[in-house]
Amino acid sequence: MTAPLHDTSAETPAPVVTADVPAKAIEGRSPGRIAWMRLKRDKVALTGGIVVILLILVAVFAPAIVSLLGHPPNEFHEDLIDPDLGTPLGSFGGISSDFLLGVEPTNGRDVFSRIVYGARISLTVAFLAAFVSVVIGSLLGALAGFLGGWVDGLISRVMDLLLAFPQLLFTIALVSVVPDSLWGFEGTGVRMGVLVLVIGFFGWPYIGRIVRGQTISLREREYVEAARSLGAGRGYILIKELLPNLVAPILVYATLIIPTNILTEAALSFLGAGVKPPTASWGKMLSDAVPIYQDDPMYMVVPGLTIFITVLAFNLFGDGLRDALDPKGS
Amino acid sequence: MLVYLIRRLFNVVATLLVVSVVTFGIFFAVPKITGSDPALMYAGRETNETALAGIRVKMGFDKPISEQYLIFVKGIVAGRDYNTGVDSTHCPAPCFGYSFKTETPVWDLMLDRIPVTLSLALGAAVIWVIAGVATGVVSALKRRTAIDRTVMVGALAGVSLPIFFTGMVAPAVLVYGLGWLDVSNYRPLTEDPGAWLNSMILPWVTLAFLFAATYARITRATMLEVLGEDYIRTARAKGLTERVVIRKHALRSTLTPLVTMFGLDFGGLLGGAVLTETTFSFQGLGTAAVAAIGAGDLPVIMGITLLAALFVVMANLIVDMLYAVIDPRVRLT
Repeated sequence: MTAPLHDTSAETPAPVVTADVPAKAIEGRSPGRIAWMRLKRDKVALTGGIVVILLILVAVFAPAIVSLLGHPPNEFHEDLIDPDLGTPLGSFGGISSDFLLGVEPTNGRDVFSRIVYGARISLTVAFLAAFVSVVIGSLLGALAGFLGGWVDGLISRVMDLLLAFPQLLFTIALVSVVPDSLWGFEGTGVRMGVLVLVIGFFGWPYIGRIVRGQTISLREREYVEAARSLGAGRGYILIKELLPNLVAPILVYATLIIPTNILTEAALSFLGAGVKPPTASWGKMLSDAVPIYQDDPMYMVVPGLTIFITVLAFNLFGDGLRDALDPKGS
Repeated sequence: MLVYLIRRLFNVVATLLVVSVVTFGIFFAVPKITGSDPALMYAGRETNETALAGIRVKMGFDKPISEQYLIFVKGIVAGRDYNTGVDSTHCPAPCFGYSFKTETPVWDLMLDRIPVTLSLALGAAVIWVIAGVATGVVSALKRRTAIDRTVMVGALAGVSLPIFFTGMVAPAVLVYGLGWLDVSNYRPLTEDPGAWLNSMILPWVTLAFLFAATYARITRATMLEVLGEDYIRTARAKGLTERVVIRKHALRSTLTPLVTMFGLDFGGLLGGAVLTETTFSFQGLGTAAVAAIGAGDLPVIMGITLLAALFVVMANLIVDMLYAVIDPRVRLT
């Protein structure tokens, strides 16, 4: 049985021994440090992480980026459109040094600016909805797992029930009946708020199930028993003993739910239930591309690839984070 | 076993009741808040107060919401009569009411749309299960080889692509670019099997690709975990061939999480593959629901939502029963 030995030795990097460096004192490594060291070695996950950070920066500094490299996102440039076909003049959807990603068919709005502003909508909705799911999911999941009994029964039933709901239909229906101004908010703000709440609400059972399962396996551990025998109350055990051990799965799930939310937001915009025009959104650009993509494929490719790269970056980073935080990992 | 089944069916009914109460509540309470009148939605813009009053009586909008709900549920179970005093229409069970827009029974409309969605979901499911599980197994067995890496990169790309994008790229490449397939509208299987197959291939491949990617990833991960178990070592140690070890021992435990996923995915798709149907302009349950939402056609929304929920809970029930077949340790109690 030499095969497994050979296999593992191929994975571990050869120890670097340098004579002139004094041996370091042995250091204890916290789980967080171990995870960070693993993550630093994972080039693919790091690339994903860097792309994610770049995207966040693009969303935050959208106005500055657009004023430097683009045109206002709602400015029409009809002179760049072929009046007969409605497609942009020039090759590749009108890409030029002035319009980095081409112009929109019919109206000639700057695609680059709309992609940059679209990142704001997409990322804001995805992050806030993930936050909503994480808060509700970890709270109710931990309560269900920790308390057991009828509380667990009730919460588990609700989670099963929510998974049986036709989510997309429900979201479209809710978005379409919510008025344009609500509680002092207007227009895009209201729509985004509704999207965040609905996407976040339908997302919590997924994280709730994971946290519940983790809590059940953790609550019988010796350290919890020790805390209990020292007279710790339920609340103390839940917050001080269990929660720190639940952070890793919650964190991993939060990173992996964000790309799903980005896809959901894009899908809703595609179906006409996202933010209202003229606010730029990636999904809406794709649905605008449907009737014209045979003549102007660039207008479909640009938002499609943007969604793809964004979601892929989050997935790569999330996968890497999961591997890094896995206590069983090498 | 029988007791288990009865208890689960009771659960199915309870779930559907809750879904229907919530849906009913949302679609009838929200119009109240925003101040729109269902009778007006039914009648359209050009109408007078007498006609509206007639509609209210006939459709039961004059009654309190709780009573309207009970009438609605009773209609599904036992059928329903619409009475205005002058004329009366009988709507046989299962009665989901009449569409506000086309005035056809919702049940007929759903029966009309189900074959489209079913064709789409069933064909795609066959492709994605076979392709996904096969590539996942191969990838796990050839771990850390070029094949494994290529498959996993492809799978990761697959889970990161939205169908409303691939749904345009696929025809752009396969139809207009390479000319391998052509685009055609949905034709019923019973009418012309050749044309049906021709119209379905492109949507099937597009939809299956996204799901196959997820299934390949899960299969690979589960398979690798299972291959590390002691009983696999035991099976090898007692001299079984690798083929038997993989097929009889490893694959079987790999199936369990996949069956759970498949239940949710397939049940969800049957209730309307909204995005796929929209992208390929198919007249299925999903597009019918979206159109109904746009038009404020409450009975159609209610009907499709309930049907979709029914598919999901039934799929889950079947999955749980299948567990007992796949995993001999599971007892249905």
